[in-house]
Order: sequence, then structure tokens, then C-alpha cells
Amino acid sequence: MTNIKFLNLATPNWCPGCGDFGILLSLQQAIAELNIEQHNLLLVSGIGCSSKIPYWVKVYGFNSLHGRALPVAIGAKLANNKLNVVVAGGDGDGYGEGGNHFLHAMRRNIDITYLVHNNQIYALTTGQASPSTEEGDKNKVYPHGVIERPIQALAIAVANGATFVARGFAGNVPHLTDLIKQAIQHKGFALIDIAQPCVTFNHHNTYDFFRQRIYDLQKEGHDFKNKTKAFEKALEWGEKIPIGIIYKEERKTFEEKYPQIAKKPLSQHDISFVDIQKAMDKMC
Amino acid sequence: MEKNKFSWKLGGEAGYGIMTTGLIFSKACTRIGLYTYDYIEYPSLIRGGHNAYQVRVEDEDINSPIRPINLLVALNKETVDLHKHELTPNGGIIFDGEQINLSDLGRNDLKLYHVPLLKLEKEIGGLMVMRNSVALGASFGLLNHDWNIVEKTIRDAFGEKGKDIALEDVKAAKAGYDYVKSNYNIFDFPWKMEKISDEKKMVLTGNEAIGLGAIKAGVKFVVIYPMTPISNILTFLAGYDEEYGIIVKEPEDELSGINMAIGASHMGVRAMTATSGGGYCLMTEAIGMAGITETPLVVIEGMRGGPSTGMPTWNEQGDLKFVLNTGHGEFPRIVLAPGDIEQSYYLTRHAFELAEKYQNPVLLITDKNICESKKSLNFFDNTLKNIRYGFASQDELNKGNYLRFKFTDSGVSPRSVPGMPNGLFIATSDEHTEYGLYDEHIDNRIKMMDKRFRKLENCKKEIPLPALEGDADAEITLVSWGSTRGAILDSMKWLRNAGIKVNYLQIIYFSPFPDEAVLAILKKAKKTLIIEATKNGQLADVIREKTGFVFENTLYKYDGRPIYPEEIHDKVRSILKK
Ligand SMILES: Cc1ncc(C[n+]2csc(CCOP(=O)(O)OP(=O)(O)O)c2C)c(N)n1
Ligand code: SF4
Ligand SMILES: [Mg+2]
Repeated sequence: MTNIKFLNLATPNWCPGCGDFGILLSLQQAIAELNIEQHNLLLVSGIGCSSKIPYWVKVYGFNSLHGRALPVAIGAKLANNKLNVVVAGGDGDGYGEGGNHFLHAMRRNIDITYLVHNNQIYALTTGQASPSTEEGDKNKVYPHGVIERPIQALAIAVANGATFVARGFAGNVPHLTDLIKQAIQHKGFALIDIAQPCVTFNHHNTYDFFRQRIYDLQKEGHDFKNKTKAFEKALEWGEKIPIGIIYKEERKTFEEKYPQIAKKPLSQHDISFVDIQKAMDKMC
Repeated sequence: MEKNKFSWKLGGEAGYGIMTTGLIFSKACTRIGLYTYDYIEYPSLIRGGHNAYQVRVEDEDINSPIRPINLLVALNKETVDLHKHELTPNGGIIFDGEQINLSDLGRNDLKLYHVPLLKLEKEIGGLMVMRNSVALGASFGLLNHDWNIVEKTIRDAFGEKGKDIALEDVKAAKAGYDYVKSNYNIFDFPWKMEKISDEKKMVLTGNEAIGLGAIKAGVKFVVIYPMTPISNILTFLAGYDEEYGIIVKEPEDELSGINMAIGASHMGVRAMTATSGGGYCLMTEAIGMAGITETPLVVIEGMRGGPSTGMPTWNEQGDLKFVLNTGHGEFPRIVLAPGDIEQSYYLTRHAFELAEKYQNPVLLITDKNICESKKSLNFFDNTLKNIRYGFASQDELNKGNYLRFKFTDSGVSPRSVPGMPNGLFIATSDEHTEYGLYDEHIDNRIKMMDKRFRKLENCKKEIPLPALEGDADAEITLVSWGSTRGAILDSMKWLRNAGIKVNYLQIIYFSPFPDEAVLAILKKAKKTLIIEATKNGQLADVIREKTGFVFENTLYKYDGRPIYPEEIHDKVRSILKK
């Protein structure tokens, strides 16, 4: 087993008690338990508190721009489809600034694992509303309460072609570790929206808030192959909040549809001499 | 009688295959050894607007469109109304007299060739686009081109897959060809063509030359969101994806496009994207990221009329200063600009080399008149090989303590790529340490900035120096960049014929800028004229910023239309009072 000790790069500077610690630990544990060699994983993030995660995990890292983690990761995966690619970032990063990429990555079913640290707030910029802040929540930007509905990211994922859709909870590391392992092993686009308490700026969706509400779908015998049921669970938010796998299906991945990379990844193609005579002849 | 020197224009409603017909005309001319330059005009509409395809033909190399035309093929009345004033005396109009009435032409120095395009088309098969082929055949009949060559060119244009369509088109063209020959004395029409050589030449656009340059450079990942005038780079390369093992992707937007390209390049493959002004605006943040993460990247920016959506299908050179200042903050930007189709091939190839060598974004600016104009050209150099630059070997990595952003004298640090053992690092848009951890300390910041800019200093040592073309003891030095090169070269021929000595400085490498060499040339010039397709003169600003030199005369044009060699010729003569 990969020794989890070797996966620590530096000490995280998140606030004590931040839900991001639980996600970091779960990710490291999943990598260790799956025995993925450090150099065979690329961890891509955007910008936000959560997006600092590549600084704390000793694998190949790419801390990109706000909202752009997915396209960077997709380019990397297409260039070397043998590599494990994990993307992590905030709810603002993924569902707001990068929302368009989120929609289209799912259509493609590219084999990437996407961890959304959903603290329902813009934390790094000190507490403004995010696309997943609950209606009525008061914060700096909305002193009278948010007047938009939160984005239904999980339902969108079910509708739009993600082939592994789940919710995790940063306060339940063993459960989240197991989910991340399954997501990485899944062939196709895997989304885990992770309830991540931000102890500094979100005083509504706290550890206690989630502990009182969450229940494990897999313990309830939820049929994650059933799309209608999956929609129901994806939209469930209130007295009860489900965690676990909401939807899962097997579908050909994006990479598998490119004969160009069936034999070897683009990164191993020999380009020392490219003969263009045939293409030039066609222009005569 | 004028042999092998004429200009032909086909005009009609958009959406009826005018571009295809125009290209066949041009290729059929090059197949007898002649040289062509094709210029197209069209509005940003799919159907209903006016399209025009102009082919200039000569027996020696030509580089630009000219305004006068000798034979106008009018598929509708609008074509005649828009272009009749461009016809030279004795010029001809091919038109369908059963469909349009030219009684209001207002010129009696022209030759009118009625050809029943619609009727002939109906007799053959009745497809709207066949009308073009009838007109094409009629044109070649008048010009007395060899029918066998016309037929073969049409067949080749449609290839194996389009065999059946080609058959119909050949029939239609033959009907037009025969019609003019049997109904008119074609020798009344003063322009004729005759074979001068069997040597094969290509006819291709700047976009296709960029595509070929990229293929030649070993591009493996191309991700382009469509936008005029560069969309055909995408479609051209898409046609070769499996043959050359390239992933060609149309992303959801330009933000995605550029970031995907960065992700792919991060893995060690040669990657590129292309766009025009509006899309480029969206890409700028990511280009800065390529700068700070030291990721090689080739970005093609094809200019069109701005600002905003502007004049999407017309030419302008208004993005120079924008591209030179791409993105916020300071990072090395390598910027090149080809001036014609041939340079587009070689510079694209060079762009990939520079990007990899200096681990930096390379921005290649082109413009509508290069992207979408076609020219006959000899084959490009196919012997060139690709050298890979800047990768750390596995042995080096195995020695331990690898640092991706190591401070080096050259500023370039050997790259590992994800997947290689012992090469871990973080690429980050934050300022960072040699490993890639974010870092805001004074000492590190200064060293990292200096390291990145050392790359630009070294790049400056290897870029080719600008050189004058034309007469050494010129009375006037013309200066420009981009597509204006073609019109300048052609106007120089005319000026020389008039006994005027003139030379030309084209700026190709903009960043790093060869300031000393440029200033040395300009200081020696007797008179100077700067020529740009802009309102305010951006090249003039850049040269003044870099060298302090101020131009004496300017020729700026910003109506979207090409700067014609006639205009340059006239301007030079008025400056020299000759
Ligand atoms: C283009 C751009 N716009 C805005 C910002 C400022 N910004 C940084 S992080 C952030 C929001 C972070 O929220 P989220 O993605 O949810 O991450 P969190 O901090 O909550 O983990 C914003 C708006 C930026 N860095 N770049
Ligand atoms: S501000 Fe919130 S999300 Fe950011 S580190 Fe602190 S607790 Fe975590
Ligand atoms: Mg957030």
C-alpha cells in the first residue's frame, strides 16, 4: 500500500475545524488504499480555500484559475489517458465561475473524478453568497437574505450525463474515503458533491446541521441505477439529506471514442518527423 | 490581346457554393503554370448576403488582390450593381439574360455575354449550385482554357467520395464552355490563358498553411472554438485528425479551449488554440497562467474588424497592441506575425519550437486577409524535422531533489511531466517556489520574475533580424506588418517599372522586439511610409515605443477592405512628387 505519510507535502493553512481537512484526509487515504503511485495522479484545482488542496498532497499538482480546473484536467487527461486525474475545488469555482465547463464535462463522460468542496459560500473572498447558498441566508452581500434558489448541481449531473453522482460529508471520513475510491475506480465522469462546513463564514450549514439530517443511501437500499429515483434523491434537501451514491451507470468514456489514442497516449506519439506531402498534394 | 494576366470575379448570393467554384477556377489556372491570388468578400450571413470570389492571375508570383477586374461572372443583378465600376474597358460580364436585365448598366465599353445559366442547369440536373459550374465553364470558354484541365480539376475537387456530384458539375461546366464557344466569337474578348508549365503548385489559404505548419510541428492537441476568420483552421485540422493522430476538439467556449490546451501541453504534447479578437479577450487570463506556470502554448489570433463583434468578415489590424499586452501583470510574451500564406506555415512551425524551447506562450497574430485569401504556392519544405526541447530525462529525475522551476542562467528549467517518477511538482497560477508551492516572499518573487524574463532575453538572441527587401539605395522605405505585405510587394514592382527605387521593412517578430536592428534600418531611410489597416497606427506606436522613431508619412485604412497595391503606388508617388 502507498504509505499515506508520503502523501503529505506541507501543512494546510485552512482554519482549524474546516471541513476541507476531512476531504484532504479522505483523498489521501483513498489514494493510499487504491495503491496509486504518487506520480500517476494529477490533482487539478481552481481557486478558493478548497482549491489549495494540491499544495498539501504530494502528487503531481496543478492549481489553475478560478473556474478553469475542469478544462485543464480534460486537456491533461486527453493528452495522457493512462493517468489518474482528480479535480477538486469549491462550489463557487465549479458551479459558478466554471459552470459551463461543469455542464459540458459531464456530457463527455471523460474519466475524471471531480470533488466539489461545497461549503455553500465563497470562503476565500471572505463570505459572499455562492450559487449553492440557501435562499434566505444572510451574508455580506445579501444583508436581507439571498433571493435566488441554490443550484441543483446533483440533479443537473444526473440529467446531463455524469455516470457517477454522489454526495459525501466532510465530517464522515471513512464514508467519504470509500466514495472517493469508488469514484476514482469508476470509468467515466464521477462527481462527488461534498458537504463541507466552513466554520468561519457559514453558520447555517454546520457540522451539526448535517449530522442531524444526513442518512446513507446505500444503507437504505437506494437503487442508483434508476434515474427517476436518482432525481428524487438528488433533489432531496431539508429535514433529510442523503449521502452516498445517487446515480451510477456504465457508459463508454470520452477517451475510448478516440482511435488516435487507442494504442498509446498522445504524450507518447513520436513527432520527430511528420510527412505532410499527402496533405499538400491535395491542395494542387 | 492580353495573355495570362487577368482578374476574374464571381459574385452572387451567399450559400450557393461560390467559394467552391472560385477555388476550382484558381486551381485550373495554376495547373497550367500560372500564379493566382484569391480574395473573398462576404458578409456575416449564411444565406442572402452578397458573396464575391476574386481571382487574380498572372504568369509570375503575385501577392495581393487588385481592384480592376476583366471578367465578372454575375449570378445575380446585385453582383453587377456592386462591381460594374471595377471592370476595365473591354471587360466582360457573364450573366443570365433570361433572369436579369442589364439595360441600366450605364457602361458601353463592356462586353456582355449572356449565357442561359438557369436553362442549362435545368437541362442537366437542376441543382441550384450547378449554375456556378455552368458559369465556370463559360468563363474558361471565353478565356480559351484547355477543357481537359478544367474537367480534371473539377473531378479532383470532389474526390472519390464526391464522384457523382463531380460528374454533374463536369456536365454543367461543359455546357457553359460549349455555349460561349458556339454563340460568341471568343476572340473578341481580349484576355486569354495559355499553358506555361507543368509544375505542380498548391492553392491554399493562410488558415490551411497554419494547419500544415502545426501538423508539421507535431501538434497533437488542437482545441478551437469557431470564430471568423480562423474557423477553417479547426475544420482543416479536423479533416486530418486520425491520419496524423491529433485530437481536434471543439470546446464549449474559448475559456475552455485555452485551458484544455494548457492542460494537454502540461503533459508534454504540443498543443494549440486559435481565435479572433472577442475569443482572445476571453483567453487572456489563461495566457497569463501559461506564462507563470511556464507551459508551452501556441495561440493563433486572427484579426478582423473590431471593436466588439465589429465587422466579423472584414480585415483590420487593430489587435496588435492588445496582443502585445495580453493579460494582466508582467510575464514574457513571445509574439510573431506572418505577412503572407507561406510565412504562416514557417512561422507556425517556429511558434511551436519557441513555445517548447522557452516554455512559454507564443502568440501568433494573423488577419482575415491572410487567413481566408488563397494563393498559388510551391510545396513547403517537407524535410524539416522536429527537435524536442527542455524535457528532464528519467535519469536526471532519479538523482532526486528535482525542482521544476529551478533557477537557471537561461531561465529555462528542465520539465518533468506527470506520470514520470521522481518528478513531482505543482504548476500554479500563484507565484511559487522552485518546487511550485505558493510563495510571496520578496526574495523568491524577484528571483522568479527575473528567471522568467531571462527567457525573453535569450529568445531575443535567436530571433531572425528584420531585413530590407527591395532596392538598397531606395528613395523611400515602406514599413508594415501582416497582410499588407502582399500589396506592398506588388506595388513595388509597379514603382520600379516607373523608375522609382523603393524598399520594404516587414516586422515579423514583435516580442522580443529587435529594436536595435529596426532603428538602424529606419535611421538610414531617406523617407519613410508606414502602412497599416488601422485608424490610429498601432505598429507606428510600437516602433516609437521601442525605438523612439517617428514616421514621416502614414497610410492607414480602416474600412475593412484590403489596402490595394494601387493605393500604395499612388501614395508613394504623391510623397515623392514623381
Ligand atoms: C477570475 C476571478 N474572479 C474572482 C476571483 C476571486 N475569488 C477567488 S476564490 C473566489 C470564490 C471562492 O469560492 P469557492 O470556489 O466556493 O471556494 P471556497 O473558498 O469556498 O473553498 C473568488 C470569487 C478570482 N480569483 N478570479
Ligand atoms: S474560511 Fe471556511 S472554507 Fe476557508 S479555510 Fe476557513 S473554514 Fe475553511
Ligand atoms: Mg465555496
